[in-house]
Amino acid sequence: MAKIISKINTRSQDFLDNAAHMQAQIDDLRAKISEIKLGGGERSRERHLSRGKLLPRDRVNALIDEGAAFLEFSQLAAYKVYDDDVPSAGIITGIGRVSGQECVIVANDATVKGGTYYPLTVKKHLRAQAIAQENNLPCIYLVDSGGANLPNQDDVFPDKEHFGRIFFNQANMSAKNIPQIAVVMGSCTAGGAYVPAMADESIIVKEQGTIFLAGPPLVKAATGEVVSAEDLGGADVHCRTSGVTDHYAQNDHHALEIARSAIKNLNNIKPINIDIQEVVEPEYPSEDIYGIIPKDTRQPYDVREIIARLVDASEFHEFKALYGNTLVCGFANIFGYPIGIVANNGVLFGESAEKGAHFIQLCAQRKIPLIFLQNITGFMVGKQYESGGIAKHGAKMVTAVATAQVPKFTILIGGSFGAGNYGMCGRAYDPRFLFMWPNARISVMGGEQAAGVMAQVTRDKKEKLGETWSESDEQAFKQPIIDNYEHQGHPYFASARLWDDGIIDPADTRQVLGLAISAALNSPIDDTKFGIFRM
Amino acid sequence: MFNKILIANRGEIACRIIKTAKSMGVLTVAIYSDADKNALHVQMADEAIYIGPSPSRESYLLGDNVIAAAIQTGAQAIHPGYGFLSENADFCRSCAKQNITFIGPPVAAIEAMGSKSAAKNIMEKANVPLVPGYHGDDQSNEVIKKAADDMGYPVLLKATAGGGGKGMRQVWNEQEFAEGLAAAKREAMSSFGDDTMLVEKYLTQPRHVEIQVFCDNHNNAVYLFERDCSVQRRHQKVIEEAPAFGMSEELRAQMGESAIKSAQAIGYQGAGTVEFLLDVDGSFYFMEMNTRLQVEHPVTEMISGQDLVEWQLRVAAGEILPKTQEQLVLNGHAFEARIYAEDPNKDFLPATGKLSLLQTPVESKHVRIDTGVRQGDEVSVYYDPMIAKLIVWDENREKALTRLSKALSEYRINGVTTNIDFLYNLATSQPFIDEEIDTSFIEKNNELIFKNKQQLLQNELPIAALYLILTRQHKTQKDALKSSDSNSPWHNANAWRLNEPYIHSFVLAHNETEYNVEIEQKNHGSDVNYSLNVNGKQFNCQGSLNNDLLITTINGHRSTTTVSLINNNINLYRENGVFNFIHILPDCGQHDNENGHGGLTAPMNGTMISVLVKAGDTVSKNQPLVIMEAMKMEHTIKAPSDGIINEIFFQAGDMVDGGAELLAFSEQINVNDEA
Repeated sequence: MAKIISKINTRSQDFLDNAAHMQAQIDDLRAKISEIKLGGGERSRERHLSRGKLLPRDRVNALIDEGAAFLEFSQLAAYKVYDDDVPSAGIITGIGRVSGQECVIVANDATVKGGTYYPLTVKKHLRAQAIAQENNLPCIYLVDSGGANLPNQDDVFPDKEHFGRIFFNQANMSAKNIPQIAVVMGSCTAGGAYVPAMADESIIVKEQGTIFLAGPPLVKAATGEVVSAEDLGGADVHCRTSGVTDHYAQNDHHALEIARSAIKNLNNIKPINIDIQEVVEPEYPSEDIYGIIPKDTRQPYDVREIIARLVDASEFHEFKALYGNTLVCGFANIFGYPIGIVANNGVLFGESAEKGAHFIQLCAQRKIPLIFLQNITGFMVGKQYESGGIAKHGAKMVTAVATAQVPKFTILIGGSFGAGNYGMCGRAYDPRFLFMWPNARISVMGGEQAAGVMAQVTRDKKEKLGETWSESDEQAFKQPIIDNYEHQGHPYFASARLWDDGIIDPADTRQVLGLAISAALNSPIDDTKFGIFRM
Repeated sequence: MFNKILIANRGEIACRIIKTAKSMGVLTVAIYSDADKNALHVQMADEAIYIGPSPSRESYLLGDNVIAAAIQTGAQAIHPGYGFLSENADFCRSCAKQNITFIGPPVAAIEAMGSKSAAKNIMEKANVPLVPGYHGDDQSNEVIKKAADDMGYPVLLKATAGGGGKGMRQVWNEQEFAEGLAAAKREAMSSFGDDTMLVEKYLTQPRHVEIQVFCDNHNNAVYLFERDCSVQRRHQKVIEEAPAFGMSEELRAQMGESAIKSAQAIGYQGAGTVEFLLDVDGSFYFMEMNTRLQVEHPVTEMISGQDLVEWQLRVAAGEILPKTQEQLVLNGHAFEARIYAEDPNKDFLPATGKLSLLQTPVESKHVRIDTGVRQGDEVSVYYDPMIAKLIVWDENREKALTRLSKALSEYRINGVTTNIDFLYNLATSQPFIDEEIDTSFIEKNNELIFKNKQQLLQNELPIAALYLILTRQHKTQKDALKSSDSNSPWHNANAWRLNEPYIHSFVLAHNETEYNVEIEQKNHGSDVNYSLNVNGKQFNCQGSLNNDLLITTINGHRSTTTVSLINNNINLYRENGVFNFIHILPDCGQHDNENGHGGLTAPMNGTMISVLVKAGDTVSKNQPLVIMEAMKMEHTIKAPSDGIINEIFFQAGDMVDGGAELLAFSEQINVNDEA
């Protein structure tokens, strides 16, 4: 395979400025994460620890294999969404390796509002389950939650993608032999009681875990019966009498050991059916990416420079290099896994879209996972392009993306605007994982364009009424729109709402993709049946 | 010469005897107990006979069984080794009755030396010097003082009824005597109601120097020079050397001839050792005579070039001594260090367990290892927990000592706690190098020998931590090869986290101090760095592990450490000793079990003294259940709560391994609460 020869000068002033600019964004991101990871603050952490419980992140660390990686999802979930501070939406989700098996872990953080479910907690829990389901990964639920967050019950309880869906998913995953393991390490009240009850195997920690449909206060109110939480639904009750749980754990560590043991006994074999090559590090350091991404988002750069820093040995078998060259397509390997890369290198033209559709067909036929590097302002507009059928060419690419059955991975490395988002496998196109870089922006169109469009419409309306509109008035009209787009298009805003699975450091992209591809391969790759391509 | 001999012993000495016998073409019969059925000495011997259960008083100490084994196999002679039956006159007599040669001295000699006071009387008559003393009935101050003046100061006054240091007083010169005697008498009277005093010469810095003698039954006797065994702890020799440092030829000859005189006084035959106290002024005094081959005989073999076991066999077979005194030449210097399964930091508490790792220094003309165990063998509770004797030789003391410390630092044992580190500290301590040695060496140099390694940990802790991480990474890499997806980055034990530092965290314990270790891994391509903080000091580490060799670069200092990891026990074999770390695993509440029942376990190796309850008994919290004895101390095991005794697994007299479940106990279910 041909090596990509980098043309980047890592000593140039541009490079250094770009790198500093990116570094500042990374620093900001890491600072935010380090705060978020503390959960519900000093006092609630101390209270949690004083009960002999492990903090949720320490539970995860103890659950996964010694020294193993943990690919956490949506660390910024619920960031600045509610009036309350709900770090990580009060739930830690991610993929970890447990007894040699990649598993989805869902851990309530009881230090955050008692681990209660806000709307985004539900969304994050369901997203983790979706990842488990799509990638055939066993689920381990570390339950320590007071159930639905009552003030928000209208956005938590009733709808299809609300609380009830958790148990629907458990039942349906169990039906597909995707193991469901619950570890009850704290309260598990009302609806929450169904997490262990619906699990294939459940573990409960003595004197910590409780499971009941109604807690002692509600029981007293309903029937007058006075009973302690432990007697109502503690480990002894459920392991000896009710049979709601299967394993009795002495403490958190013990419970997590039992969970590891449960996973060890799944008799799962990863169905690897692709040609895995030796792993070779890229020729160029991944940190270079900081200096490659222009500070000024309007300035173009060659996306191959990014590819060279992601793929094994920087080797890239490019497809149709001379045709539709605003879209770069080609084959490579990441951690030895064969992949197809679809990367934007400018605005999408008809030819680029056709080339993309062709390439996606190749990957689907050959069962090669697809990676989309999104940096797209949209499809080309204008009379010439509309009449050239840009819409149908775009449709071909969208059809190919939507129906391709190979695992798809999307990284937003720059702009993600308009229909470009669709053709490049945005969230709606079910990529197995979608991550953003801190410099990325996502919205229906760029803030400038949106403000321009809205200003034009307004000006037309005013002119029809014979009103005048000064330049400065127009600018004053546009600025809040631009600001709002910038705010809502920012990765923090997007990630807080789970439009992605997390914001990643560009230098981590190769690692994240490696982990994600490996996880995705737990599910066999199906044959693809494409929809009708409009010719 | 005998065709076949039986070795009435086990462990290293049995192996040692078999080696010589083999080289002489003599067939060997081993005996073994249950615990020893796969032992090295059994494998080495031509034949082996089972003689009983593991406790030695039911096997190795049963003279009749041993003799029966000899008869059964047609062995013509029995070598008793040391310990067990080696100084048992009755056994010696029984051998004679069965026409089996006892490879050792005659019965009379054993009996003569069996009683210390009788032995002293014999020696006094034979003009062998004894520690001067006055044990007379005339208790007048003048008589006692005269005795003291005659023997020379300092002297020690002791109450004959005394004990525990009461009524005992050192008197350093004539002027102090009257006052000292009065005070000692007062104390003796108030403590024991009896102020009878004895006075003995007080040796301020006595050394334990012993002479190896050999006699045949043709009236020949030689001495094979001396051994200095001053370094002792609780009367157990630790490191022996030969020759004794600072010996003049004259003194050696005087002591040697004195020893021969002692042996001849009792009609001795075979190998014997006469133990003397040697004072700083060169005077020496008879202590006792051991009528057997000593543990430390190899140092004599190293400097004399003789095989003492061969000599024993020849003498027992009636041959004359292989050498005359004139033919014996002292050559070079030798040390022996006794490697024990014991914990010097816990008052030398014997340790048991499996020798999961046992790598010895390479044997050569300079390094000899006498051992009875192999890697994988068990050090059991039943016998002396000696693992091996490490013997080194070189031209002079300085060179030999260098060899000793080097060999100690190359000894690698894991699975069982050993005294190797203690021996190393001792051998490398300045006073030991400088020959400032007497019988109180260990007490005097306590701080040096048990040196607090806390300050060193700054270097060793990062190495241990790095070792653990690299071991994990190797293990996951190895496991990865078994996987269908062996290149998956999930196989890397690199503690990778998204947008967070990669932290490896675990708990390591050293000398019962726990350290919460947090190491940050930093990857720069294939370049991996680890950084950690120990006591406020930052360490940047890199390392690579190749089997048991760990190469580390810590703050720019590159070094190599041999390492081993067995059952969470990390041993670092460093130039300056062995460092043991325990990887502490999280508490999974193993001590409680699912039913809330608790077994009660032995706190250490020991013997069950008495069982105070029986199965079915209802007991109340803190009620004594059983009493164990270990290290001469009694330990009472009490009920942890109200409850019922379900079953008792040991009886009085049983040997118990530390950690063994003693009895099954269930907590009382409180009937009132249930109702």
